[in-house]
Amino acid sequence: MFQKSRLHGEFFMQGDIACAEGALAAGCRFFGGYPITPASEIAERMAYRLPLLQGVFIQYEDEIASMAGILGASWAGVKSMTATSGPGFSLMNENIGLGMMMEAPCVVVNVQRGGPSTGLPTSWAQSDMMQARWGSHGDYGSISLVPNSPQEFFDLTVTAFNFSEKYRLPVFIMADALVGHMTEKVVIPPVEELEIINRKYTNKKPEDYLPYDYGKDLIPDFAKAGDGYRYHTTGLTHDKRGYPDMTFECQNELVPRLVNKIKNHIDDISLTEEYDIEGADVIVISYGITSRTVLPAITMAKKKGIKVGYLRLKTVWPFPEEKIRKLSEKVAGFAVPEMNLGQISLEVERCAHNDSIVKLVPHPGGAIHKFEDVLHAIEEVAHGK
Amino acid sequence: MANNTAQLQEKTHPMEDLLRMDRMPHIWCSGCGLGSAVTAFVEGLKKAGVSYDKTAIVSGIGCTGRVAGYVRLDSYHTTHGRAIPFATGLKLANRDLTVFVFSGDGDLFAIGGNHLIHAARRNVDINVICVNNFIYGMTGGQNAPTTPLGAYSSTAPFGNYEMPFNLVGIAAASGASYVARWTTMHVRRLTDSIATAANKKGFCFIEIVSPCATVFARKNKGGTGLDMLKEFQTRAIIDHDADPTQIPLSMDNEIVCGEFVNEDRPTFWENVQTGIKSRLEKFANWEEMQSNSRKISHKTDRKYTVSRDF
Amino acid sequence: MRFWEKPFGKEKPKTICGEIHIINDRCKGCSFCIEYCPRDVLELSKDFNKKGYHPPIVAKPDMCTFCGLCEMICPDFAIFVTEKEE
Repeated sequence: MFQKSRLHGEFFMQGDIACAEGALAAGCRFFGGYPITPASEIAERMAYRLPLLQGVFIQYEDEIASMAGILGASWAGVKSMTATSGPGFSLMNENIGLGMMMEAPCVVVNVQRGGPSTGLPTSWAQSDMMQARWGSHGDYGSISLVPNSPQEFFDLTVTAFNFSEKYRLPVFIMADALVGHMTEKVVIPPVEELEIINRKYTNKKPEDYLPYDYGKDLIPDFAKAGDGYRYHTTGLTHDKRGYPDMTFECQNELVPRLVNKIKNHIDDISLTEEYDIEGADVIVISYGITSRTVLPAITMAKKKGIKVGYLRLKTVWPFPEEKIRKLSEKVAGFAVPEMNLGQISLEVERCAHNDSIVKLVPHPGGAIHKFEDVLHAIEEVAHGK
Repeated sequence: MANNTAQLQEKTHPMEDLLRMDRMPHIWCSGCGLGSAVTAFVEGLKKAGVSYDKTAIVSGIGCTGRVAGYVRLDSYHTTHGRAIPFATGLKLANRDLTVFVFSGDGDLFAIGGNHLIHAARRNVDINVICVNNFIYGMTGGQNAPTTPLGAYSSTAPFGNYEMPFNLVGIAAASGASYVARWTTMHVRRLTDSIATAANKKGFCFIEIVSPCATVFARKNKGGTGLDMLKEFQTRAIIDHDADPTQIPLSMDNEIVCGEFVNEDRPTFWENVQTGIKSRLEKFANWEEMQSNSRKISHKTDRKYTVSRDF
Repeated sequence: MRFWEKPFGKEKPKTICGEIHIINDRCKGCSFCIEYCPRDVLELSKDFNKKGYHPPIVAKPDMCTFCGLCEMICPDFAIFVTEKEE
């Protein structure tokens, strides 16, 4: 019975449930969470499915404990995950910093809802995008993936686990409540057809092993608790032995590595979807559910004769700076519809050429963009205003 | 009197195999009880006979939080107050490990209070050692939830007038399987306590009352670390039958030590496993879940997204 | 004259004796060992170590009974006892 509990087939499935199934398909066997609308369904599905797969489900007393718990499980060698929304994500940020500093692989799903504070619990927004990059204090690299459909929620959860195992850090999936609660067709392939990456365990002996020694890829080898390595790891600035070393030299070696670990591998991590980029005058950059709601506006703009390209960011962080820079030299400008009052549009503005126009189509959340607003923005960019 | 001090030659300190000797001498002050607590811990581990490779120690932030850095086991120095949920995750993910949490009174009962009571409620199989020095030592002597009534600290310059916590009372009331309190003077009994806790399943809590020579003693006219230890010796009594909820600590009352609770209760994992086992077969409609899907007739196209016509 | 039994007191029973090792440079001069030794074997020395603390010295080596209390109560892992070979 336990072996047969791996689902595969075509299902009519809610986004949150697809996320949970994606995690299980990737090999996640520990979930520590706390209920919050709209991410509770992920916890509920995990509570139901993990015992069947001989995993561990624990509903912690708060989100702070959830984040600490999944880091602990990660150090025991188990793939772990938590799911929350805006208020919980704010609480988790201190321990996200710990995960970044200790370099523990895990996945944090933030099904974004209207903010700030308690905001719109049952309605969506995309206003945590900057928090995914800069939420915790200090400098670190961040990987954030944004799905736009339940099928993609499944796929990107598997990808998120792969990135977290490969690059040894907590990876964020920044979904929104609309994608989380939408029910659509989801195709779950057999596990053999998925690409699953596992963390690289060290093959050195315990006497020779240094927990934070790294090669050219800037990623140290992992050793889990109970294998006899008896290492020390800490949230303090540490040297290669894992011991605290509070000097400038140590900080200078450690923190730039945490940032460069992601920056150097941006080609591997950055996933985008493009249509009609060649010869376009205006490119619409969008992510998440907005990338689907802008399609009628793009169709209308094309009927009016404007050459519109479509760039969807599946990986929002690390932001594809080079790509935007190169594109900005060829186009009149970008229209950036997003469900916040200007977050990723700031990144686009930063990277775009001086002469190109970046027009934000803001939305505070709670509903979807009116297609007239997006159309209007596309026209303004095309006509050079 | 001839100087009979023997220099270290071919003999090494018997605890050196479990200590990170490359980090000695440690940062704790002269007269601090933490070193004695670590000695008792190391001896207790040896006595318990647990495998050192399968033992992990998690600590929080503070003077006691530095213990993880000095003990040569799989050690984790986590964020302030969050050692217990981290240890819970570690233990549940690998149930062969013996997990110890070694942290201070402020770390475990102020910022980490919520986590402690829930871990005790669940009876997670971890062993929590709380070194109580009645103050926040590392940050310079601020008030702690255990600072006795009327004591001085840097954030209570006119004296502390909040009622302090009774740590063993909270642990016992929350459902711990093993609750004990000792001072750093009771080294042998503390060693035995730690050995018992290591081999006992369920949430084990040991409070170690420790002198803080540099901040608590200085602000409260306690003298040196040795003077505080002598005071503990005068005030400490051992009473295993005491009700842990009735033995608070104050500036001058008795320090009641002993093993107050030593029961066998099913742990979190045991409860969950036995509880759901019988229902798994009945309720988990695996067959129905799988039959809800159509058989895949072609190779999966995982780039399946909504079709767009533009 | 042959004895059927050995009379009491013929051979003195052997008592365990301990040999104390002090790692001077680790000591922080807290005096716990000096205070709590049950036979008052240790006393504070007039010399000091690298850090400026006064470590203990073994004043009465024959009185040590290998109880190990100094080793256990020392917070700095600076003193330990081994059984003295006869």
